[in-house]
Amino acid sequence: MSRARLSIPSSVDALQEVLAGENYIAERGLAVPIYLALRLRRPLFLEGEAGVGKTEVARVLASALKTTLIRLQCYEGLDVSQAVYEWNYPRQLLEIRMIETAGELDRAAATHELFTETFLIKRPLLRAIEETRDRAPVLLIDELDRADEEFEGYLLEFLSDFQVTIPELGTIRAHEPPIVIITSNRTREVHDALKRRCVYSWIPYPDFDKELRIVRSKVPGASVRLARQVTAFVQELRTADLYKAAGISETLDWATALVALDRDVLDADVIDETLGILLKNQEDIDSVRGDRVSTILARTLA
Amino acid sequence: MNLVPNLLLFGRVLRAAGVHVHRERMVDAIQATEWIGVRSRTDLRATLCALLVHRQEDLPLFNEAFDVFFRAHGASGLNLPLFSLGERARIVTRRNAGAPHRLDVEGPESDAAAAAAFALGAYSTVEVSRTKDFADFTAAELEAARRLLMRWRWQPGIRRTRRWQRSIRGDIDMPRLLRRNVLRGGELIELPRRVRRQAPRPIVLLADVSGSMHRYSRMLLSFASGLTRSARHVESFVFATRLTRVTRYVAASGGHRIVSRMVRELHDWGGGTRIGDALRAFNTTWARRVMRHGPVALIVSDGWDRGDPQHLGRELARLRRRCSRLIWLNPLLGSASYEPLTRGMQAALEHIDDFMPAHNLQSIEDLARLLRHGNHRHV
Repeated sequence: MSRARLSIPSSVDALQEVLAGENYIAERGLAVPIYLALRLRRPLFLEGEAGVGKTEVARVLASALKTTLIRLQCYEGLDVSQAVYEWNYPRQLLEIRMIETAGELDRAAATHELFTETFLIKRPLLRAIEETRDRAPVLLIDELDRADEEFEGYLLEFLSDFQVTIPELGTIRAHEPPIVIITSNRTREVHDALKRRCVYSWIPYPDFDKELRIVRSKVPGASVRLARQVTAFVQELRTADLYKAAGISETLDWATALVALDRDVLDADVIDETLGILLKNQEDIDSVRGDRVSTILARTLA
Repeated sequence: MNLVPNLLLFGRVLRAAGVHVHRERMVDAIQATEWIGVRSRTDLRATLCALLVHRQEDLPLFNEAFDVFFRAHGASGLNLPLFSLGERARIVTRRNAGAPHRLDVEGPESDAAAAAAFALGAYSTVEVSRTKDFADFTAAELEAARRLLMRWRWQPGIRRTRRWQRSIRGDIDMPRLLRRNVLRGGELIELPRRVRRQAPRPIVLLADVSGSMHRYSRMLLSFASGLTRSARHVESFVFATRLTRVTRYVAASGGHRIVSRMVRELHDWGGGTRIGDALRAFNTTWARRVMRHGPVALIVSDGWDRGDPQHLGRELARLRRRCSRLIWLNPLLGSASYEPLTRGMQAALEHIDDFMPAHNLQSIEDLARLLRHGNHRHV
């Protein structure tokens, strides 16, 4: 079997170029850590507020490297049977019934047959090291801060040797370690021992120029004027004292909505009507609606 | 070019500035600079940052240290004489000392020390009244009470986690049931069961340390310290006009000194208490990070609030939605004549689960009982 190894961009510039080819704008501050993670074959640990495009990095990278993306969404109580593997018991039971019906139940042979790959449900972590038989995938471990400490401990072990031991089958090893991207919204501190093994990058909210470029490339229907106003308004809104600031996806949704409403310029009324797309918290909406919208808008248009 | 020694030195500078740099990471950093090159400052910064920093709060320190270290020298800056670098590094260190962990002994601590010295002999003989107001305590009583509070065995209520564990009671553990019985042809001989694992509830303490609370502040710190030492997940904040997180210091040895100093700094901002603003700061900046797993929130304050009562009510309502129980401890409630008439307290009452005194040991015992046995909302 011939394996097409991943071809990793040869320089930071080359990486920026392939990412740009995927419509993703990565400035040096982000491109360098991604490049280093690829070269050092270390997990990339991305932290940042919700909605700054952490998950997007993994998606785009997989597509740029022409490989698969395997995603593990973390949650409290996540355990090995959901993250690594699980035997398909119902199927095993059915199989036993069928062997019985055929009247040829041989205990030793049955055990052997029942615990084969056919009856194994592969969860993301196992898939990530199995896939490498073909080509190393991108493994996205999303929102690690939601999982509990027990899972973090397991992950630490997994990331150091990229192997999974299944008692009934033996040890499965990655031929080529997957490209691992871990994201965290920082609802709690992830343990230092884990972060130390990673290349770390903090993704801030984009500045005006970057966000404008994102809006222009993702919402081509918006006029230059509208894109500028939308971006400026959101940037200004992020400086306001709110519970939950608007992320990039909110900016994009809002721009798309305004285009759908045939708007070419912002005014206080249309902002009031569509504020729910930008802010997802009733207190925030109440505190901004009305006078503050006008003030922010005035500053935006100034 | 002296690249490697300079990188190693930079690692030391970072460490001295208080950034946790792991030794192994230096190897990666040296390797990486070979790939990235040292032509571009931006790239060099991004490289070293990605490999040597792994906490967001260290980023400003890193950037400052980087600017100082590779100051205006571009690539050739890597040849800076070591002497000058060492000198700058000390400046960085000193600046970092703004983070309060190597402060001099001064002020109240010295009279606390005196009280401790005095109480040392008296300790065993002082009987601490359970019903006497903390504010009326003598120095010896204060010290005895302080020791009592420090050794207090708190048992916060428990919550069910999402994780399963084997048990002889509880629901049938389907995966295990099948695994154990599959080889018997699916005959159910064993019935393994499982329950959700339990864990102590986290506690979040928000303590008012403004001027009017002064008489209680020392007991309050002992209370916080004892609580942090015996319950596992406790987050502590103090506020007057501003809010400061003190979790790391309350239980540390010598932490009292640091917290007292921080409290004085809060006083320096003056302007009385704005509980609503402090809660808002908490709700926006910290709640997302520390209000996990249905915590119990404890507010300790006399309710003298100079802010807008409506604002206070809103923030309390928000806080309450994120915790399993919201308890307000008011030392003034201990006095028979006290009525919660201040507008702030009035506004608060409708949003809190429990309104309790916290002025003597008896009331602390009541609180302990409530934490241990009280019912909790599911959040």
